[in-house]
Amino acid sequence: MRVMKITKDLIQHIAKLARIRLDDSQVQKFTQQMGDIVGFIEKLNSVDTAGIPETNQVNGMENVLREDKVENFPRMEELIACSNNPIENNQIKIKKSI
Amino acid sequence: MELTKLNLVETKKLLSDKKASENEIVADYLKRISEVDPKIDSFLFVDEKAASQNFDGILGGIPIAHKDVFNTDGMPTTAASKILENYVPPFDATSVEKLKVAGSVILGKTNTDEFTMGASTETSAFKKTKNPWDLERVPGGSSGGSAAAVAADLCVFATATDTGGSIRQPASFCGVTGLKPTYGRISRYGVISMASSLDTIGVISKTVEDAAIALEIMAGQDSRDATSGSAPVEKYSENLRTDLKGLKIGIPKEYFIEGLDSGVEKVIREGITQLKKLGAEIVEISLPHTEFAVPTYYVVASSEISANMARFDGIRYGPTVANSEVENLVEMYFENRTRGFGDEVKRRIMLGTFALSAGYADKFYKKALQVRTLIKKDFDDAFAEIDLIATPVAPTTAFKLGEKTDDPVQMYLEDIFTAPVSLAGVPAVSIPAGFVGNLPVGLQLIANQWEESKLLNAAHAFQNSTDFHLQKPKI
Repeated sequence: MRVMKITKDLIQHIAKLARIRLDDSQVQKFTQQMGDIVGFIEKLNSVDTAGIPETNQVNGMENVLREDKVENFPRMEELIACSNNPIENNQIKIKKSI
Repeated sequence: MELTKLNLVETKKLLSDKKASENEIVADYLKRISEVDPKIDSFLFVDEKAASQNFDGILGGIPIAHKDVFNTDGMPTTAASKILENYVPPFDATSVEKLKVAGSVILGKTNTDEFTMGASTETSAFKKTKNPWDLERVPGGSSGGSAAAVAADLCVFATATDTGGSIRQPASFCGVTGLKPTYGRISRYGVISMASSLDTIGVISKTVEDAAIALEIMAGQDSRDATSGSAPVEKYSENLRTDLKGLKIGIPKEYFIEGLDSGVEKVIREGITQLKKLGAEIVEISLPHTEFAVPTYYVVASSEISANMARFDGIRYGPTVANSEVENLVEMYFENRTRGFGDEVKRRIMLGTFALSAGYADKFYKKALQVRTLIKKDFDDAFAEIDLIATPVAPTTAFKLGEKTDDPVQMYLEDIFTAPVSLAGVPAVSIPAGFVGNLPVGLQLIANQWEESKLLNAAHAFQNSTDFHLQKPKI
């Protein structure tokens, strides 16, 4: 039984958060498909997880530290040249952000 | 002699016996790619000028291919996505670098589902790869290009990645060997991320012994990947065993369920009988949270995807709208991402954004992380009693192109027997175990974390006593 209803408004809200624009037919399709997917993942509600810790990292590595020093990428100009935006003084020039 | 039919060990012997030169071998592969790949579309980029430069390493002159999510210096790296079309990185992934130092020759880059998101290689923005055993069927995914290329003898072996089954399921569908090592065994540096707590680098090859050699070269801790493990790398390919005496192999009852194709089940049961013949003790075990693995996987993976995909905005790499076309930066992000990503990537970014958004994060994301703990514990409990686990890789053989593309949940269920392994971070291998009709079926062997040696030994013993891995598709 599906507990949660996925609406077109919710899909449009999520798309906006994710910086993706959807046309009407995509909103229609994704609303239905996300409804199916969310219905499927709600199966997890039937698992009793009271007091169970969360797993974020699985192979036991923790607090892997390194010295805090600056290292320049050896081929900086080539790396910046991967951008298709205008380059000025080894920096990528973009539109104003606010 | 058809040089391209040979596996890694055989090709190395041919070279050391001076029966062929490095560049003859490379030329043979390039010729075969030009003849055969138009039928199966496994490569996104072929380096026509590929030539051997380093003859001395363990892989001196050996032609290989890389899945197109591995950054390769000076060679296009697209993740099969329009948002990275024409991106040519000025650096190598650690694993690519190690394979280069060992002498490998890169023939090209193999197709994948877009950003590795899929189980059929059909979400690639550029090509649909066909299964060499039946050109109307998918090769599996996401490493379908690497699996099809190895199956069709278009490279000696290929690198691949596995987040929820992306090495093992295509290896099963294409009748080749697929090794997904322990999470962190091989550095992820320079491999385009999908879900960082699950992504595992591995290899698709013609034999277990070949995979063992590749693992020896690729494995090891890397200061550029903080999650890479410090466990010592063993000489996996030396002293591979040919019997399984003294090994206890568990068969989880939750993997033999409704939905498992009867033909596939028969092959797997016969495979288990073969393991027993080789001296293993077979016991039934339980991994009680198996049924929750796919939903857990899709919440965890999609959440991490939504974060990882945020970097693809058309600013630093890939095609971009001109500054003059948009009013401000946010609009530029919208335009680049809307044009650049395919539907499956958008779906997963949105699912992850949803699972992490205010009001839903506890209900979905936190819950999934807790269930992940239980799934990991299932494996910990099992491995306290047994050495290895044997299961099917996928519930069916290769399905038809287009069969599941409109139904994401059906496509996600392809990961039913592979996702639990990914969530637990344990290593597993898919090895050819038989056929249903003309289509290959893989047997999955699973070991505890860092126990690749035990895993590869058992898989080699199986391969040494069977000939399924020697069968070739007629193309």
